[in-house]
Amino acid sequence: MTLRDAILTRDVPLPQPTLDTAPFYEAARRGELRFQRCAACGRFRHYPRPTCPACLSRDHTWERVSGRGRVFTWTIVRGPTLPAFEPALPYNVVDVLLDESIHFVSQIIDCPPDEIRHDMPVEAIFVPASPEITLVKFRRL
Amino acid sequence: MSARAIRDRAAIVGIGQTAFSKSLGRSEYDMALEAIVAACDDAGISPRDLDGTVRYDMETTDEENLLAALGNPCLRWFASSAWGGGGAASVIVLAATAIAAGMASTVLVYRSRARGKASVYGAGAHQGGRYWERLATALPGLNQWHVPHGLVSAFQEMAMIAMRHRIEYGTTDDQYAEVAVAFRRHAQRNPNAVMRAPMTIADHHASRMISDPLRLFDCCIETDGAVALLLTSAERARHLRQRPAYVRAGAMAAGGHHIRLSSFYDRDRADDGAPRVGRQLWAMAEIAPSDVDVAFFYDFFTPLVIMALEDYGFAPRGEGGPFVEGGGLAWPDGRLVANTNGGQLSEAFIHGFNNTVEAVRQIRGTSTSQVQDCELAFVAGGNTDPTGAVILRR
Repeated sequence: MTLRDAILTRDVPLPQPTLDTAPFYEAARRGELRFQRCAACGRFRHYPRPTCPACLSRDHTWERVSGRGRVFTWTIVRGPTLPAFEPALPYNVVDVLLDESIHFVSQIIDCPPDEIRHDMPVEAIFVPASPEITLVKFRRL
Repeated sequence: MSARAIRDRAAIVGIGQTAFSKSLGRSEYDMALEAIVAACDDAGISPRDLDGTVRYDMETTDEENLLAALGNPCLRWFASSAWGGGGAASVIVLAATAIAAGMASTVLVYRSRARGKASVYGAGAHQGGRYWERLATALPGLNQWHVPHGLVSAFQEMAMIAMRHRIEYGTTDDQYAEVAVAFRRHAQRNPNAVMRAPMTIADHHASRMISDPLRLFDCCIETDGAVALLLTSAERARHLRQRPAYVRAGAMAAGGHHIRLSSFYDRDRADDGAPRVGRQLWAMAEIAPSDVDVAFFYDFFTPLVIMALEDYGFAPRGEGGPFVEGGGLAWPDGRLVANTNGGQLSEAFIHGFNNTVEAVRQIRGTSTSQVQDCELAFVAGGNTDPTGAVILRR
């Protein structure tokens, strides 16, 4: 079973969008990766938050990013884990440092555990998990 | 902050604990009270004379439960520390702060955990268990950013932080094993320790990989047990039953948290909580890391002990791995003797509080791996959480 199948067929815990995070998931459902960007100083931020940590401005846009980045760190989960993820064991989890200097925790789809390397270039892909929620995963470039 | 603030104003005068086990079959409430009454007996202070408490916010024995069981002592100070194991030493800082400020005179600090297998699964499961096994299927909090991708527990988050340390500094499996083996050697000398079988570096390497680069023997154990400590003013401590362990200095700092991995790397490591705690602590204590006789790191995972050596200034950044080689943390001849009870890797996992009790034993001279002429003990909370640390002195 591939990781993609596991996500689509098992009862995986999913995000419940809030007032602060809904724009991220609305974009993901359209196949776009968007993050908050400060309208005053231009800095990107993730997780979503009301103010820019650099200049404290509340003005921001949800700006589309390239979706490209590199593996900053990772693990191979071999268990234990939640029952929903057991069919996918062993599976990877990666911290991708996006080109816009945003860290994003996700997984690389269809990549054998022993082929993951630090600094490996990756690109975002979009995996629908429910009618409301599309998860952002990555693939090797 | 005044440079001296809480320095030498309070002391730990009583310690108590239950047996530690993978399965005691007892409630957290029951274990807490055994440890608390034992700590009061040790100090020669009646539980009815307690006027302050400090606990974790996740502690199930709250003030109401405590008052009901202890005959209603008149608490006038009660505080709690958030962030789990990050608060292992912060609870001592909070208690010493209350005493230094005159807000309380006799402060109880305690932690009770039913986390052994029989408590997590089966009939007693409601008593403890692991938070991630009770996760909802809809996630409105920050865990929405990692749990849906299969990152569901601390050991997996720590694995990613440990992997990054390997990427930057070349930390090795052998260095991880040095930490586990040293602390197991201490546990073998400690009859209260849960894990006392001999362990070699090869045994460590043969244990199963659970989340790369962490093997089973890199992880703290899961146990049942409770620990309590009693603090009072330095003046009063001199007239009590036990040799006081004075709180020479204490510090806290909020910073990154391992669960919030996407923002964990937003700051330089040197500016994160644990390194700031270190700088504040040495300044208040007016001593250097090399003056410490024994250290207690929050040993939830072996690579985090290696990082803690760097965070608190015992080793330069990137040199925590070489520091632990050749029995660097082992009693009696290591570079820095640490976690002489066996720590959370081999004695028990009472959220760091069992390490603090062992630090008090070292100051009293009653450890099963006693450091000669031990005058200064360092105790830290988890170094990848908002955290704290204290220096205890004879």
